[in-house]
Amino acid sequence: MNGSCLMAAALAIPLAGTVLILMSDRWPNLREAVTLATAASLFAVVVMLVPEVYGGGRPALRLWEIVPGLEIAFTLEPLGMMFACVSSGLWIVNSIYSFGYMRAKKEIHQTRFYACFAIAIAAAVGVAMSGNMLTLFICYEVLTLSTYPLVVHRGDEESIRSGRVYLGLLLGTSILFLLGAIVWTFTAAGTLDFTPGGILDGRLAGPAIGLMLFLYMYGIGKAALMPVHRWLPAAMVAPTPVSALLHAVAVVKAGVFTVLKVIVYLFGADFLRESGYADWLMYVAAASLLLASCIALTKDDLKARLAYSTVSQLAYVVLGAALLVPSGIIGGAMHIAMHAMGKITLFFCAGAIYVATGKTEVSQMDGIGRTMPVTLTAFLIGSLSVIGLPPFGGAWSKYFLTLASLETGHMVFLAALAISTLLNVAYLMPVVARGFFAGGPPGAGTGAGTAIREAPALCVVPLCVTALGCLALFFYADALYALLLPIAAGGKP
Amino acid sequence: MILPHLPALQVVVPLLAAPLCVVLRRTAVAYGLAFLASWAAFAISVLLLLQVLDSPGGVISYELGGWAPPWGIEYRIDPLNAYVMLIVAAIGAVVITYAGPSVAREIAEPQRYLFYTSYLLCLSGLLGVTVTGDAFNVFVFLEISSLSSYILISVGATPKALTAAYRYLIFGTIGATFYLIGVGLLYQMTGTLNMADLAQRVPPLAGNRTILVAFAFIAVGVGMKAALFPLHIWLPNAYAYAPSVVSAFLAATATKVAVYVLIRVYLTIFGAEFSIAGMGIGYVFMPFAIAAMFVGSAVAIFQPDVKRMLAYSSVAQIGYIVLGFGIATALGVTAGILHLFNHALMKGSMFLALGCVFYRTGAVTIESMHGLAGRMPWTTAAFVGGGLGIIGVPLTAGFISKWYLVTAALERGWWWLAALILLSSLLAIVYVWRVVEAAYFRPAPAGAPAGEAPFPMLVATWALVAANVYFGLDTRLSVGVAERAAAALMGGGP
Repeated sequence: MNGSCLMAAALAIPLAGTVLILMSDRWPNLREAVTLATAASLFAVVVMLVPEVYGGGRPALRLWEIVPGLEIAFTLEPLGMMFACVSSGLWIVNSIYSFGYMRAKKEIHQTRFYACFAIAIAAAVGVAMSGNMLTLFICYEVLTLSTYPLVVHRGDEESIRSGRVYLGLLLGTSILFLLGAIVWTFTAAGTLDFTPGGILDGRLAGPAIGLMLFLYMYGIGKAALMPVHRWLPAAMVAPTPVSALLHAVAVVKAGVFTVLKVIVYLFGADFLRESGYADWLMYVAAASLLLASCIALTKDDLKARLAYSTVSQLAYVVLGAALLVPSGIIGGAMHIAMHAMGKITLFFCAGAIYVATGKTEVSQMDGIGRTMPVTLTAFLIGSLSVIGLPPFGGAWSKYFLTLASLETGHMVFLAALAISTLLNVAYLMPVVARGFFAGGPPGAGTGAGTAIREAPALCVVPLCVTALGCLALFFYADALYALLLPIAAGGKP
Repeated sequence: MILPHLPALQVVVPLLAAPLCVVLRRTAVAYGLAFLASWAAFAISVLLLLQVLDSPGGVISYELGGWAPPWGIEYRIDPLNAYVMLIVAAIGAVVITYAGPSVAREIAEPQRYLFYTSYLLCLSGLLGVTVTGDAFNVFVFLEISSLSSYILISVGATPKALTAAYRYLIFGTIGATFYLIGVGLLYQMTGTLNMADLAQRVPPLAGNRTILVAFAFIAVGVGMKAALFPLHIWLPNAYAYAPSVVSAFLAATATKVAVYVLIRVYLTIFGAEFSIAGMGIGYVFMPFAIAAMFVGSAVAIFQPDVKRMLAYSSVAQIGYIVLGFGIATALGVTAGILHLFNHALMKGSMFLALGCVFYRTGAVTIESMHGLAGRMPWTTAAFVGGGLGIIGVPLTAGFISKWYLVTAALERGWWWLAALILLSSLLAIVYVWRVVEAAYFRPAPAGAPAGEAPFPMLVATWALVAANVYFGLDTRLSVGVAERAAAALMGGGP
């Protein structure tokens, strides 16, 4: 099969899966089998595309023209390839985790849950493969709308209120800023195709460049650049598998992925750097990075803490992109994958703790490592990867980001990265420390709580897999680096 | 044999079917006639559009009764007429397909044949306005449609429908009279009523005071018919208290036809150069259009009655249509005409969905829609589909409208206007989402009626939702014809 067919299949498989999931409403086992089969075949198709992209190929799929000059078209390049692999690969693990979690919690509306999940993944893959900004925008909006039912899954007053924040901010910023920026780009450049080296060079000059960059950066609400990050903590009201895959991987990474695409393929990094109107973004990203880490420290609810940690880590990616040098862009892009693996592990652990003990607050987790050693060990590994310590994947992306701030001579960002790393330690390690060491010696008091009581195996196995994934990413980072290298050179193959 | 007479048949078929309904009296027969006439009108409008697009000059001229223009009445169809006619006839066909069970639910048996009679008269009036090339004839058809729509509104379930219809009667009559005064003044100066002829004779008289007075009278008169803010106050009650079928039909067609008249008068009779460059008509209408966008949407947010909410939303959407006209470039006029088409589909589907809700539950307040998603899943989904179009979510027709409007604003360098367009569409999220939250997340009251509306109603509603999506994906027809129409209108303009 050639690239175009595979790309069409990658879009069609999750959508077909949605239909089958809806049809198997009455048979939960069949429904879950369909979900897993869909996820597995999607990942297989995406992986089959890797050799071509790795070899410098840019498979394309043009569907149809909506209005003259604007078409629904997909082109796969290295950045999108990586994002598609991450989203679809983690969907398999997350599906298995969902089965365990949703059954253990006896959640309602499970069919709707799996169906919306499949649409969301289709949209994420669509974002990854978009060949122009219009297609990306369409998939971006589908992603927002398809995840809304997942966020308000419980349907109570709190969920509805959080859903309002979620939808209001994401849809609002995308219509107000992003759509405006896209139409502006189209009127200025006459095209929206993602082109290596950008399309705006010579079409835009002066402060207008800064304004358009502002519209894009705050229009892409999914990148959660402060102060439009509020939707992400609000989304934590959703069941944990949603927080794990969508609000640590697919949705938020679609945001920073779009940021990278806009900077590399619409503006062109060189054009932006030479214009000098993009400097503010570095400082905004660095501020967002530090502030979010500080807020994370104050959160006792584990999922809220992880959410603010995500806001902070997304700012790393934006910072990498804003530095506008190859190492920064590669570091930012790599961080998409590295952080995804680490953060999904952390969310899996948070969900497993909730399933096994019903605990959600960090302060309640004293001694929990003695009853759930596997989960907490995985949490430790995920934390170390997010902090950026070898031998875990997160080390590499932080290395490249540090390198980029040194190359550009911005010592202030070096300091910001260092402080933020310390803050990461400060808000993640207490969980592990309390879990393993707090709460008195084993067997104290009644003696209860010393027996091993892990969450169901369907929850525990996935989090072990992703924890091992963090380790594997450290050793196979060179493959990722080689894949991403072309985009740093302006996206030319 | 028949093909050359299609322009006349377009009016004659529904016009003759109407009295037949009265003569035959049986509800089933009347419905059958209305059904056939509406679908025939739709078929004719499709054929006419194809003819216009194929004809060399892009214009079909038909001499009524064989009298040569400008003395006789000329039916003159160019891409703009054909386009508006298509949407009117299409909505007519969909609504009549839907009407059977809904009318049976909402209107007493003895009145039903009269209802269908009025419906046919209204349809023929609206089609007549779009088909004719004679300024006075426009007034005649406008009155035929208006008088019959007063009847259609007044048969609504509550006594309030009567006052709503009465208020519409007063406003509608003032509007029509103002239009007639304007046309009379033009006739006084030029001695002709034929639009094409007027288009030749009016521009040379540009500075003449009588012409200017005519210009102003028509602006107010047609603005009232089109419910352009602040002349919209007849509209919310009229739509809220009319029977469901009527709300859907009028919302999707009547105001659109009035906007058509507006465009026709100013860009054809007075001519783009005089109206836009000379009189600055764009700057006259734009502030009202912007005010409509914001006030209409903002008021819609606070309506407890969903039908009223949609009515205020219509006021806002008319603002977008007129705004396109107010931008006063070929692209702006394209955007306005395009939104006229797209909005008819979106708002039509939402009103029809509400009709389904009323059919089952007997009310359309937000409270009555609590938990509706579980009780009427397809109806609720159709309402949401239309609502996404109103918001302007991609893959719906509303997105295409918004894209063109913003592009047109930016093309003139009016970035502030682009910002206002996008900002006002955020208000649509709020009022659509109120209903979504009520329907999907509030528990249904105990003993609330459940079950979908009858099949024909559901099919008609979903036909419009499907069209809304289709024209969000394939715009060759909707944008293509709108561009041709705008190019023809703006030929001599900037």
